[in-house]
Amino acid sequence: MSENKRPGGPHGGPHGGPRGGYGKPKDLWGTALRTVRYIASRPALLIAALACVVVEAVLGVRATYMQKPIIDSIALALSQGQTDLPELLVSCAELALVYLLAAACIYIEANLMAQLAQKGCNKLRKELFDKLQQLPLSYFDAHTHGELMSRFTNDADNVQMALQQSVIQLLSSVVTFAGVVIMMVVLSPALFLASLVMLAAVMAVFAIFGKRSRKYYTRQQAAMGAVNGNIQEMIEGLKVVKAFNHEEQAKGQFQALNEDYRSAASDAGFYSSAIMPIASNLTNVGYAVTAVLGAILAMSSGVNAGFTLGSLVIYLQYNRQVTQPVNQISMQMTSLLSALAGAERIFQVMDAPPETDDGKVTLVPVDKDENGTLSQYSGQGRPRTWAWKVPRTCAITLVPVSVGPDETLLELGQADEENGMLKLLPPGQDSKTGLWVRIGTDGALAPLTAAEMASHGWAWKYPGPDGTMGLHLIRGAVRNVPGEEFCYTELRGAVRLNQVDFSYVEGKPVLKEVTVYANPGQKIAFVGSTGAGKTTVTNLINRFYEIQGGVITCDGIDVRDIQKDSLRLSQGAVLQDTHLFTGTVMDNIRYGRLDATDEECIQAARTANADGFIRRLPEGYQTMLTGDGANLSQGQRQLLAIARAAVKDPPIMVLDEATSSIDTRTEQHIQQGMDALMEGRTVFVIAHRLSTVRNADCIVVIEGGRIMEKGSHAQLIAEQGRYYQLYTGQFELD
Amino acid sequence: MLRRIASYLKGYERYAIGSPLLVMVETACELTIPLLMAQIIDHGIYEEDMTAIWKYGGLMVLVALVATVMGGLAARCAAYAAQGLGANLRRAEFEKISAFSFADIDRFSSSSLITRMTNDVTNIQNVCIMCLRVLIRAASMLVASVTLTLLISPKLALVVCVILPVMAIGLGLLMKLCMPLFEKMQKALDHLNETVQENLIAVRVVKSYVREDHEREKFKEANDGFTTAGLRAVLRVVAMQPVMMICMAAATVLVLYNGGNMVLGGELDIAYLQTVIGYIMQILMSVMFVGMALLQYTRAQASTHRVFEVIDAQSAITDGDAEKLPAPRGRVEFRDVSFRYQTEGAGEDVLRHIDLDIAPGEFVAIVGGTGTGKSSLVNLIPRFYDTSSGQVLVDGLDVRDYPLDGLRSRIGMVLQNNVLFSGTIRENLLWGREDASEEELVQAAKDAQAYDFIMSFPDGFDTYLEQGGVNVSGGQKQRLCIARAMVRRPAVLILDDSTSAVDSATEGHIRESFRENLKDTTVIIIAQRISSVQYADKIVVLDEGTVADIGSHDELMANSEIYREIYDSQQEGGGKDE
Repeated sequence: MSENKRPGGPHGGPHGGPRGGYGKPKDLWGTALRTVRYIASRPALLIAALACVVVEAVLGVRATYMQKPIIDSIALALSQGQTDLPELLVSCAELALVYLLAAACIYIEANLMAQLAQKGCNKLRKELFDKLQQLPLSYFDAHTHGELMSRFTNDADNVQMALQQSVIQLLSSVVTFAGVVIMMVVLSPALFLASLVMLAAVMAVFAIFGKRSRKYYTRQQAAMGAVNGNIQEMIEGLKVVKAFNHEEQAKGQFQALNEDYRSAASDAGFYSSAIMPIASNLTNVGYAVTAVLGAILAMSSGVNAGFTLGSLVIYLQYNRQVTQPVNQISMQMTSLLSALAGAERIFQVMDAPPETDDGKVTLVPVDKDENGTLSQYSGQGRPRTWAWKVPRTCAITLVPVSVGPDETLLELGQADEENGMLKLLPPGQDSKTGLWVRIGTDGALAPLTAAEMASHGWAWKYPGPDGTMGLHLIRGAVRNVPGEEFCYTELRGAVRLNQVDFSYVEGKPVLKEVTVYANPGQKIAFVGSTGAGKTTVTNLINRFYEIQGGVITCDGIDVRDIQKDSLRLSQGAVLQDTHLFTGTVMDNIRYGRLDATDEECIQAARTANADGFIRRLPEGYQTMLTGDGANLSQGQRQLLAIARAAVKDPPIMVLDEATSSIDTRTEQHIQQGMDALMEGRTVFVIAHRLSTVRNADCIVVIEGGRIMEKGSHAQLIAEQGRYYQLYTGQFELD
Repeated sequence: MLRRIASYLKGYERYAIGSPLLVMVETACELTIPLLMAQIIDHGIYEEDMTAIWKYGGLMVLVALVATVMGGLAARCAAYAAQGLGANLRRAEFEKISAFSFADIDRFSSSSLITRMTNDVTNIQNVCIMCLRVLIRAASMLVASVTLTLLISPKLALVVCVILPVMAIGLGLLMKLCMPLFEKMQKALDHLNETVQENLIAVRVVKSYVREDHEREKFKEANDGFTTAGLRAVLRVVAMQPVMMICMAAATVLVLYNGGNMVLGGELDIAYLQTVIGYIMQILMSVMFVGMALLQYTRAQASTHRVFEVIDAQSAITDGDAEKLPAPRGRVEFRDVSFRYQTEGAGEDVLRHIDLDIAPGEFVAIVGGTGTGKSSLVNLIPRFYDTSSGQVLVDGLDVRDYPLDGLRSRIGMVLQNNVLFSGTIRENLLWGREDASEEELVQAAKDAQAYDFIMSFPDGFDTYLEQGGVNVSGGQKQRLCIARAMVRRPAVLILDDSTSAVDSATEGHIRESFRENLKDTTVIIIAQRISSVQYADKIVVLDEGTVADIGSHDELMANSEIYREIYDSQQEGGGKDE
């Protein structure tokens, strides 16, 4: 299912293709420039490193050349019968010095590039990870974990190796090649013509074998994918294979794929590993030919003049050296290109649009006195009260309303009487006479009755999705001081879904016109078969996904106007799939609220009914959990997830109590934890046991993305609809 | 170990032997070239003998051409030998794994087995190529170059004696100093990957707890840790590079200086000066290659060990030798059965002294909490595991006396972790019995309540299932697995909690079809829901590995406290809500 589980990716090494396979970026230069930026954070160092590479390559060419005068002088001395040559020591010392310098350059360049590459890739990975945290869930739905993992492993790794090595090698090879060719031409243009033929032959080998190698390599990769896929499938399903006596067929199928792979890999291996010996031996053929021609040349010009013995010896050395950079260049280009292809994939993730989060409303701690007045939080430790902080520049405005029967809202305003007519004053401006009026939907003003005056409250006013202004009642305390930049309303946990339409994939609606109201402290239960859209509803409340139609409000505020982090801080969730993190049990509970004390965490564990089993663990709360809590049973993991939600202590809670694989007695244990967690909160629960549902304030039966029925247990039983069938027909819902 | 690996070259021996031989010929040719060059300089240039130049030059070209062909052939042989070795190893492992008992599978774990068949084999292949080409080449180069240098000038060979130890020590130090650093780097990398993976898996938790910053912090730590560890390792390697280079340079300069003086002193022919320098370079390079090859070999040793661990594993469960098998009727008996999973002697008995008799055609349900041994009990029937003591009999014969396929072909098993294989629905159903007719497939699909949804797919029975059956829902998958087991027409059908994702109404229909169409089949079902089991002929209540109670639903309701407890916990109004 995921790439990272499929081992045996392309291997470098003496066999097989280059690291990362043969891939090319689509936008070569754009990607290259963007990649270079990561190592160019300190341009001086980069330039110094590259300068060292050039110097070292030139010195290398030069060192070979320096042997010429030494050999010539020995030959000359020999022909003159000298038995002693004092300059020899000096020349050798000079040569040694050049070598030392070159070694120093190699050290500096490798050192600098290693640092630049490592630090650059550190930054690359960091930016990638940071970006990943901002991506919407839909991105993670569309990309497998394995795919995203391989951005970090294969791709980032290839970029690092390429920056660390390929860049140096490539530059060094280019300079060396140029230097050697120049020296060969200087030594003997005639001989160089012969060498050129040899070079052409070697390059032809590279081209032909390289092409073949790529072709077979692609085949090898495909065959490897097939055989590895088969291995994975058969081993993971081994118990089934055995249960059905299918071993022989499995072996046969595997052997066929194994043989395919062997044959493809053998050819790919041959073509990729034959390049070097063939090329280097062809160089030897060239060496031999040039040796003959060079010898003739030297003989005709006299050994100690013109094309000297030294010239011949040195030329032959260059002749041998010249093919190496050619090979290097072709190799490094391949790995550089595949690294850039990896970089491009990384950049694609980085360039994906992040979660939209343009809400301006934030959640802040406040103090609330006995009169219900909100003021700036001044206390220490964990605040008891939270409020939505709404900037006045926001599209939503706070308006006074009167709450009629059935919670019908009428906007209020202050007005002055002018010429017998009522004139509405702008918000914030007080009426001279203290006259309050209600504003009809048609704009007509009417003085308030005493009853209306008594039931006045506050509401948010903003346009709904259809453009018409809507009023959303606020249930908690409000701080609305004229002149202040922000107004505050208490966090209570009222959630409303109004005519919500949603689809994960365009054209395949999952929810249609879903309307659910949850007042603070109410418990709303969703009932329905698998795939009916229960979990989806809970994923919309915390804005994991964007809805296509309708509106969802939290304490009257459209969730799209609330900053995402604030919205999610106001909600807690115990999800179907429990995920824990590497760390101690205590760390995992504290994940709910990082500043929770040990006592608070333990208290939360008690609430969740988890304290008992935690204390029986080898090291109690300090027991290390690894691999997603693999050392705990599923029931225990779920209890920890409940404790984690309990320590967060949010006013809104989503509970997806999936317990299909837990036996009913353990489930009861979990249920007690869940029940404790629901106390005094607005709860959305996806129920699997009808006993949980019965005492819910509202039971919502969802089928096929639509609400079939809605109401209290008694109401639904009386209606004798789907819920009644479920309730009377079977004990349990799936 | 090497001999052991070599035994898996079967069928590719000629490549394995051919490659080193060809490499040696290639090496010999290569080393002849500088000698011939010296002849050209000596006899050709200095004696102004044109024919000598042509003669030796021609010889040189010939030798180089031979080397080219040899090199290419050697590469071909090495590639074929290594890939052949890999294929043989994978095959040996696969066959061994096919014969594994469930206990062996549990012991190794699937993911580890997969790595052992893929990455580990690749590592061994790489070492094989290394040995066949690089190591042999370097070793023969080394021997030949040393010999030739000694022949030409024992005095210059002394230079090698000085430089070689320095290099060897340098290489040794490099390995010793770098290995632990690379290990640390690997650990840091594992930590980094783990952090990312965890974050990806738990993305919903991260988002709903608004822990993005916390995760960033965690990642930054892991990322910086990796960079620091990586830098330390790489910088140490980088520091060794110039040392190696200086060694090579020192050799060149020393030979040039001493050799030059020797030429002037008449101790050495000038033509051989370059030849010796060339040989000494070859010697030093060869030492480096040998070092690198050895390094890779040690790394692959772990892989070799892991691969042979699989191949050498002794499967505890082997075919029984009963000559005559009883007619399949579907009787299952447990006689004083105790069982424990053999994990290093530790661990408690999962089942204790179970006695149970299931008559042909009976519908038996097994209930009990998690970890009470329900799955273990049914896994003993097809002999997926062997009992620790006591006997399991199918149709009156001890399961250990059956040939495995003789036993398992009379049992249809739907495991808890259902697996479908990539292929069409038809192919998957045919796993049950290869010669099943189309009507039988359709009937099985109908009985398992799978027919309707199969036909709702555009391709019906030819619908292609992706690996792991990801393109069908959990409930559909379970129904296909049930159909697959029913195609088998087994004497005993076992369902291990395999309807958990099927809704209650559908499950009822499946149960109905069992009753109608599998009258003669013994059905053993493990389930959580009382609704799934209450119509069984016999319900077995397991508790802590023993049979706590046994009887019909009504009997158990009357007599079994545990059963009543389970029943109550699933009743509406049960639990603390009441």
